[in-house]
Amino acid sequence: MPTIEHNGSSFTVDEDGFLTRGMEEWNEHWIDYVKGVEGIGDLTDEHRKVIDTLQDYYKKNGIAPMVRILSKTTGFPLKRIYELFPSGPGKGACKMAGLPKPTGCV
Amino acid sequence: MAIIKADKLGVSVAKGPSLMTGAVPKNDWWDVPATFKPGNYAYPAKKEIIEYHTQKTFPSHPGLFGQPRDWDPESDDWNLPEGWEKIILNGLKERLDKFRSLKIFMDCCVRCGACADKCHFFLGTGDPKNMPVLRAELLRSVYRNDFTLGGKILGKMAGGRPMTFGVLKEWFMYYYQCTECRRCSVFCPYGIDTAEITMLGRELLHLVGVNINWIMEPAANSNRTGNHMGLQPHTFKDNIVYLCDDIEEITGIRVEPTFNRKGAEVLFITPSADVFAEPGIYTAMGYLLLFHHIGLDYTWSTYASEGGNFGLFTNNEMMKKLNGKMYAEAKRLGVKWILGGECGHMWRVLHQYMDTMNGPADFLQVPTSPITGTRFDNAASTKMVHISEFTADLIKHGKLKLDPKRNDHRIATYHDSCNPARAMGLLEEPRYVLKNVCNNFHEMPENTIRESTFCCGSGTGLNTDEIMELRMRAGLPRANAVKYVREKHEVNMLSCVCAIDRATLTSLNNYWNPDVEVCGVSELVGNALVMEGEKERETGLRFEPLAGMEG
Repeated sequence: MPTIEHNGSSFTVDEDGFLTRGMEEWNEHWIDYVKGVEGIGDLTDEHRKVIDTLQDYYKKNGIAPMVRILSKTTGFPLKRIYELFPSGPGKGACKMAGLPKPTGCV
Repeated sequence: MAIIKADKLGVSVAKGPSLMTGAVPKNDWWDVPATFKPGNYAYPAKKEIIEYHTQKTFPSHPGLFGQPRDWDPESDDWNLPEGWEKIILNGLKERLDKFRSLKIFMDCCVRCGACADKCHFFLGTGDPKNMPVLRAELLRSVYRNDFTLGGKILGKMAGGRPMTFGVLKEWFMYYYQCTECRRCSVFCPYGIDTAEITMLGRELLHLVGVNINWIMEPAANSNRTGNHMGLQPHTFKDNIVYLCDDIEEITGIRVEPTFNRKGAEVLFITPSADVFAEPGIYTAMGYLLLFHHIGLDYTWSTYASEGGNFGLFTNNEMMKKLNGKMYAEAKRLGVKWILGGECGHMWRVLHQYMDTMNGPADFLQVPTSPITGTRFDNAASTKMVHISEFTADLIKHGKLKLDPKRNDHRIATYHDSCNPARAMGLLEEPRYVLKNVCNNFHEMPENTIRESTFCCGSGTGLNTDEIMELRMRAGLPRANAVKYVREKHEVNMLSCVCAIDRATLTSLNNYWNPDVEVCGVSELVGNALVMEGEKERETGLRFEPLAGMEG
């Protein structure tokens, strides 16, 4: 597995650049790193809200929420989430929050 | 990975010697090596996933998945176990003894070529090794070399070749460029089931630890939580309740499904993607409305919470184990029979393997619709009925109050999902349902539907993003047929009865036909159902305005 060094932190990632050990390895430096690779400008409170929501949900459910639940909980329409995370909730937002990618018939 | 533009992808197919270019190859086919590069292979399974299967899924079957390890398809060293060639040959011998079909398929091909241009992977890539006859030959050549008298004596002259690393690489490449859709088998005069050859090829690869993550991780999830997504019971339930909230907002009707309820008449099982991902969730809302409409005494299960079975894409043992929970749960809950949702490959497992693997299900009854009294004798053995059969029967008996005008914003066509069409013969029922719930329905060209249906191009666990270009190529024949009806009839909705389809046809259309959406048949049913006590319907199940309500 590739390792990424950023601002003195070290992260192991999978082929798609998701944290292999998830939130266990997640920290603020990871957010800063993903911000760069995902082409996100300034990190706003809205980004934070999406990340917090994803992490809270993941802790309770062991999986990312349905996109519609994410939208409802944060109060952001899907369009806004895509503006915040151009590669989408499943890729950019989950990656930044340290969640794994969903699998199966999706 | 960047995906090249459609115009470029469309013209770069088939440059080398192939049926498609007319150029004659100068080398033997087996002299062309399989070369892996980013984008042409799916990622290998993570080491911890294989450890999980070894320790948790099959502690009783050591070696079924080789040694858990990290490996890289692009490397010349796959960290294969010592004596791996022997492991493969022993595995093949064992399976030739166990599966009579395999022996027949290895022996009886006359290389007539009828299958060659029927494969969507061949049409989309132009790669001769994607001709089903040649895909089978990858395995057959090894069989000939080691298991037939002619091959043992004459070797290469008899079309035999020894098992080498080069052969193994070919297997990994081409048994994961086949979606087991069985379109080629329809045209084979001998009825060779090429899907079973791919299944066996993959099964043998597993013995030496060659696999892909997109199949093995969902299989691990399914073993652990009951479904591919990894939805735990409370999440599974919450998601469905969430869909009920949306239904209430749209229709004014509160639907109250039950979970794990003992004594229900019917157990309902559908792919877990239907309760997680768009557009499958709208299909699930259709089921929920339908069952409420007819007052069906049914329950969902948070244990048998997956219709799909990635074991079919793995090996016989995994398929049997993951399938087993359906009957186990039906027995535990004491239901009379099982109703199955819009899943594709579930129906191949169900219709062709379940009864012998995990049956007979004598504790269940021959399914009888409690609403119409129709006895589904076609399901007398498996005790499991398809939602389209069930719905078509309800409509035929006039038990549904339908307003097809509510689908007037849709001009629909129907994609016969490979397995329901070819593995269980479900051809008329979805069409009958569609014609009753929408006013605008147009068929795609004849050679692309029904038993000749073209695959979405991403089935059998190939619906992963790192092979997107391959998927767009493999889906080209299907996309081309969609384009035809889009241009001729302004079709804007591609309906289907498979969860993999709902996900992958969405990607395929985004690429080839960006203005055509994808839905399950039951979503259109849900839109059309007139519920008792409902409020005026202004939107469809995805909150899209109905025709005449756009303002």
